[in-house]
Amino acid sequence: MIVIRTPGGVSLRLRPRSLVVGATAALLALAVGVLAVGHGDYPMSPADVLRTLTGGGSPAEEFIVTELRLPRLVTGLAVGAALGLAGAVFQALVRNPLGSPDVLGFTQGAATGALVVVVLGGSSATLAGAAALGGIGTGLLIYLIAWRRGVHGYRLVLVGIGMWAILSGVNGYLLTRAPLMEAARAVLWLTGSLDGRDWSHAGPLLAALAVTVPVLLAAGPALRMTELGDDAASALGVSVPRLRLLLLAAAVLLVSLAAAAAGPVSFVALTAPHLARRLTRAPGTNLLPAAIVGALIVVTADQVALRVFPSQLPVGVVTGVLGGGYLVWLLATERRAGRL
Amino acid sequence: MEFTLSVIESPPADTPTRSPRRQRAAYRGAGLALAALALIAVAVLSIAVGAKAIPLPQVWQALTDRDAAEYAVVHEMRLPRTLLGLLAGTALGVAGAAMQALTRNPLADPGLLGINAGAAAAIATAALLFGVGGGTGQVWFALAGAALVTVAVYAVGGGRTATPARLALAGAALNAALYSYVSAVMLLDSASLERLRFWTVGSLASADDATVRRVLPFILVGLLAALLAARPLNALALGDDTAQALGARPALIRAGVIVAITLLCGAATAACGPIVFVGLLVPHLVRTLTGPDLRWLLPYCALLAPVLLLGADVLGRVLGRPGELQVGLLTAVLGGPLFLWLVTRTRTNRP
Repeated sequence: MIVIRTPGGVSLRLRPRSLVVGATAALLALAVGVLAVGHGDYPMSPADVLRTLTGGGSPAEEFIVTELRLPRLVTGLAVGAALGLAGAVFQALVRNPLGSPDVLGFTQGAATGALVVVVLGGSSATLAGAAALGGIGTGLLIYLIAWRRGVHGYRLVLVGIGMWAILSGVNGYLLTRAPLMEAARAVLWLTGSLDGRDWSHAGPLLAALAVTVPVLLAAGPALRMTELGDDAASALGVSVPRLRLLLLAAAVLLVSLAAAAAGPVSFVALTAPHLARRLTRAPGTNLLPAAIVGALIVVTADQVALRVFPSQLPVGVVTGVLGGGYLVWLLATERRAGRL
Repeated sequence: MEFTLSVIESPPADTPTRSPRRQRAAYRGAGLALAALALIAVAVLSIAVGAKAIPLPQVWQALTDRDAAEYAVVHEMRLPRTLLGLLAGTALGVAGAAMQALTRNPLADPGLLGINAGAAAAIATAALLFGVGGGTGQVWFALAGAALVTVAVYAVGGGRTATPARLALAGAALNAALYSYVSAVMLLDSASLERLRFWTVGSLASADDATVRRVLPFILVGLLAALLAARPLNALALGDDTAQALGARPALIRAGVIVAITLLCGAATAACGPIVFVGLLVPHLVRTLTGPDLRWLLPYCALLAPVLLLGADVLGRVLGRPGELQVGLLTAVLGGPLFLWLVTRTRTNRP
């Protein structure tokens, strides 16, 4: 543990292991990113990619990298970071390792918004907007229903599960109302895919990350205090209801905009915070490591989906299968540890 | 002193007042008869209401008279549909009640805990591997999927440490994983998509004689096993040691109930797709009438759950004119708010 103190009375604690893990994961994500940009009908070596990125490539290479391949990579990184961060916040809010937004109905709300646009017909920009609105609206609804002098973690869980079940019914119905071709497009969207993403997809999400990351990092110390229990945190000067509202709003915003950018990529929000915690071995909520690991998971899964399978799969299939397996393992270990 | 007092206060033997216990049994028996009447009424409605409405007085004629104009409509479409709704409703209601007793958990529901989703994932796998065909094989796949998830859920949630909310969360996570698998299957194969998207909502629309005949034996066996287990399950509610002292065999009963739940949920899901909330809400509503005694709770659920399912189906046919709304949508939209009310009202939301 390294502690940095400034004369102004602000102290910063750094764990060397967390730093090393975070830096390694970030470097790995960037390395996978360089490989990803080099992959395609016009293959480029990593050296070429780096040269083009620093401004030394031919105009054709410049176009291929910055206009065709980089948007996909950046969208993937941003979606992964947003989902990892949101997952870490949700798990801290409901104090359960299974409390991820996919399980609690938030991503289903985004899916409902998108499906309404698919059934009524609309451009992909409208679809993204509707998905974001659907996610945010569902988050608001869950908060209002679960609110009773503050939002207690378990009421949030149960109300979220109820909303999940209702919205699954609605989504299934909407899927039957669409013509077959549109339904296929909708299922592709529901699985989560990075195909054909351009800068307009990455933009809103990057803006949201720029706003929420500082807010969440600033709320980190207060979040750690709530791990002592609501009463102890209140005694230490944390306004627990206001903190919960702030965290929930930030997480819902991130999840909704991530869904708008790439569809609800399943189980990244569940697995990234766990993986981050196991790697850093730091107690409590690892916000930044979770975000970095989330970004690494999404870009790696996307490359696996593109290169390993003969018919190029969307990224959500790979994260879904890996996440499902991880979930079964998690249930078994939680059960054995008596925490479930 | 206590004894003499109580002897003095007890009524003389020749007074004809009935004991409160027998009186309660009489009330409950009458209630059961009322529930049966309600079921018959809904079944008649289910035969009468549809794209071609049949006036109520002519329903009986349409059922029995071969020369009646509506004979074909009733026998080829409405009757199988009604029978399937009846069977599936009974199966889900009884499975829900048995599951709540087995896990001692008020939030146990075959839909919420992922058992129906397990059957759905197995059927999607079958569709991917062997092509889509609603053959007998589908039921076996559904049963295998349901069995796998039932055992998993029981392994996770059967212990004493599992709180309702944690079990529900584990089930919801399983649900999310299984449905993301089903949508991946639909993505890979557009023939599966065309069929599975209608089936995953939960609908009685595709019912025919063959479907009813295919699932009937499984549901009957499951129902019989659940009803036979009612008495020992009551004993089990007192704890394993007490149950053993009362002559019950806990391991045997648990295995029997798991088999019953698997048969009921697997068959119901194979026939009409995954339907949520029926298995959760009916036992809760019925418990306010009967109390926790499973010998009454299970028969009541068997009669009232199909009232809910068929009622929702009829409502879907009325609301969705000229088409129809799938029954799975209606149970989710109607049952969901009830579930939310239940979890925000009661103390089950304690960790």
